[in-house]
Amino acid sequence: MVALACAAFAAVPSADAKTFRWANAGDVSSMDPYSRNETFLLTFNSNIYDPLVRRNKDLALEPALAVKWGQVDKTTWFFDLRQGVKFSDGTPFTADDVVFSLKRAMGPGSNMTGYFVSVADVKKVNDHRIEVVTKYPDPLLAEKWAALGMMSKAWAEKNNAVNSADMTKNEENFATRNAMGTGAFILKERKAGERTVLVPNPNWWDKPVHNLTEVIFTPVANPATRVAAIKAGDIDMMYEVPPADTETLKRDANVKVLEGPETRVVFLGFDTERNELLESNVKGKNPFKDKRVREAFHRSIDVDAIKRTVMRGQSFPTNLMVAPGINGYVKELDKRPALLKAEEAKKLLADAGYPNGFEVGMDCPNDRYVNDEKICQAVVAMLARAGIKVNLLAQTRSKYFAKILRKGNYAPGDTSFFMLGWSPASTYDVHNVFEQLIQTPSAQTKKGLFNAGGYSNPAIDKLSDAMEQEIDKAKRDEMIRQATKLYVDDYAYIPLHQQAVVWAARKNIELVQLADNSFPLRFVNVK
Amino acid sequence: MLVFILRRLLQSIAVLLAVGIVAFSLFRYVGDPINAMVGQDTSMEEREELREKLGLNDPAPFQFLRFIGNAVQGKFGLSYRTSEPVGRMILERMPATLELSFCAAVFAILVGIPMGVYSGLYPRHWTSRLLQAVSLVGISLPTFLIGILLILVFAVWLRLLPSFGRGETVDLGWWTTNFLTVKGLEALILPSITLGLFQLTLIMRLVRSEMLEVMRTDYIKFARARGLTNRAINFGHALKNTLVPVITVAGLQLGAIIAFAIVTETVFAWPGMGLLFIQSVQFADVPVMAAYLLLIGLLFVLINLVVDLLYFAVDPRLRGQGGAARVGGH
Repeated sequence: MVALACAAFAAVPSADAKTFRWANAGDVSSMDPYSRNETFLLTFNSNIYDPLVRRNKDLALEPALAVKWGQVDKTTWFFDLRQGVKFSDGTPFTADDVVFSLKRAMGPGSNMTGYFVSVADVKKVNDHRIEVVTKYPDPLLAEKWAALGMMSKAWAEKNNAVNSADMTKNEENFATRNAMGTGAFILKERKAGERTVLVPNPNWWDKPVHNLTEVIFTPVANPATRVAAIKAGDIDMMYEVPPADTETLKRDANVKVLEGPETRVVFLGFDTERNELLESNVKGKNPFKDKRVREAFHRSIDVDAIKRTVMRGQSFPTNLMVAPGINGYVKELDKRPALLKAEEAKKLLADAGYPNGFEVGMDCPNDRYVNDEKICQAVVAMLARAGIKVNLLAQTRSKYFAKILRKGNYAPGDTSFFMLGWSPASTYDVHNVFEQLIQTPSAQTKKGLFNAGGYSNPAIDKLSDAMEQEIDKAKRDEMIRQATKLYVDDYAYIPLHQQAVVWAARKNIELVQLADNSFPLRFVNVK
Repeated sequence: MLVFILRRLLQSIAVLLAVGIVAFSLFRYVGDPINAMVGQDTSMEEREELREKLGLNDPAPFQFLRFIGNAVQGKFGLSYRTSEPVGRMILERMPATLELSFCAAVFAILVGIPMGVYSGLYPRHWTSRLLQAVSLVGISLPTFLIGILLILVFAVWLRLLPSFGRGETVDLGWWTTNFLTVKGLEALILPSITLGLFQLTLIMRLVRSEMLEVMRTDYIKFARARGLTNRAINFGHALKNTLVPVITVAGLQLGAIIAFAIVTETVFAWPGMGLLFIQSVQFADVPVMAAYLLLIGLLFVLINLVVDLLYFAVDPRLRGQGGAARVGGH
């Protein structure tokens, strides 16, 4: 009865306009939900385009355009679609739209093909059910597709946007600047790089939790300007607060700061692939192939000191390559081994054959992760105490990634010791981390694309391949535990921390901060 | 006159080609756009395919020729970052930059010239000394800092003006303007001052030193001896003769204003071409960067041309030469 009254009350439109203005460092690069597999684009467009299944406040799956989903057999998934849903132009949403959308996302110009590696076919069973046939058992299909918005077949056909815009052709696409979905909001105005305006969708199938009447998004690249704008009240919310400004904002009575750990883990990696390092004074052998050297490095780096000094408290030190909240995080293994004193580290290095330490190059971005360059500088100083001379090269991301990442045909990148950050944002499952970062890189298996240092451990490879197709959850969890223990004990990488997601909002704004750094407007309330 | 313009045009093409070559050879060092273009789950094959299709594997001179060939036809391709046509992206951002630059230039001239005249006429007066001191600040503080300070004072503390953005604009079809709404005009004030301040001090100091020089010349002394009013001497004779170098500098600086609006646009999140350029650099979005640099090159060439023509209009001595007497139009 109370619920009914509340529902009735909620249905009455509020008389006063609730405009929500917010800013981010960069703009959404496109309105086409398949044009970039990038967190900000996906989360922004998810306000307009609903997925089949979506994530709730705890990042767990919940029904959206599909009310029920699961596996018919080992290699067939089904999705039962919600009935009575309409696109914001009034056309009904059916299985044809889903099949169309999935095929568009698999097709030319799309940047989402990574979500379809296991998919053999997508077919319509009836107007409210589709089935997906996979090449092998894929327990993560629904998890992967939570990022995938559903488009209207009729709209795309009418506007000549059947395929995503192909960057290599001199043609644009209607869907790049226009949007039409079933989502909580409708795109009202799009001025790329300037402002993007959304209004609520009055015919949304879900009951709005938000009370917004208009949303104005503006990209503001300069952090100082963003901070000033929120202090001045020109915007209601901003994200990516620079660590240096957090304290100032916290002192402002009209502003609140939200901090939480991000799912991304920032870590350091070694070249364990080459027989001689590219940038080192050690000739004829690769010191990083020796576990004792990796251990000396790992246990010389004081992540708590980095948290205190460089990160100003805004980091969450870890010993794993995945964060809590990601499926496959093994809590009991997330314990960093004790720090070594300088003599102990030197002894370990001496045992490995480097009594006087050695010299090695290090690659680091300076505009990709929070305080990336400063973290690397701290690492350099910490390793110096163990007798390691690190020559740091910090540079802008496009240069940096071009240098360290694997080249065509999976050839190793040009790095000896590097920093990288990773969030398994596509699946929220640890397998993605094993597959991309820890499995042996190979053009045949197509694994290990981001395993820049070429770490290789056949036992982990085997476990990872097995967990990819294991549907039995208990068995799968055990595989994950084993594989995690293997890379931890082997000092395969040096996980540093999860950086904090730091947002700021005016006091009168209620919102939900998610650990994957996505920001769904459907949880926002203006008081 | 015609010969002059034709010669100038030929020179301009050479200059633009040079800009293109320099820009293009620089782009080889901005890094790899592919990683910014694709997601982390994109396979190696797809990356390679994209690289091949975009022609990034071709030798640099070949890429350059292709770029110039397309540019001549007005084709700049699609942005790597947004998949939108580069030409349209730049055209859409142009009004914002041009309006801002125009306001900054007007501000610099309207305030800078009187300040220069005043401190040139009364060099020993304390107000002149004060103006001199203030102008030193204008020259030595970086634009970035000036912008942030203005935002702090006028947007955060006083809440008088918006802290960023263009405010409200009116869409005239092919042009969006700030001039037709109050909010649009308010939004122009702080960035215009920020962008114009350096030019203002430059103009002021230039006018001042020219004024000082002219006031010492004989014809001013004779004018005084003839009993002309101060007003006639100061503005009719002295100021007019200081204007030639001022026009040159102001003209050339207009190009600089437009080109260096980058910093101001970044500080104020002003959605102009400069901001677009900065965003493109971060993503190694070569098509946008190349088109922007060519455009700025073109702009400088045009401005130089106009400045040269203005000389004819202002300085009668030039009109005497080369038989171009009728250019001035009187």
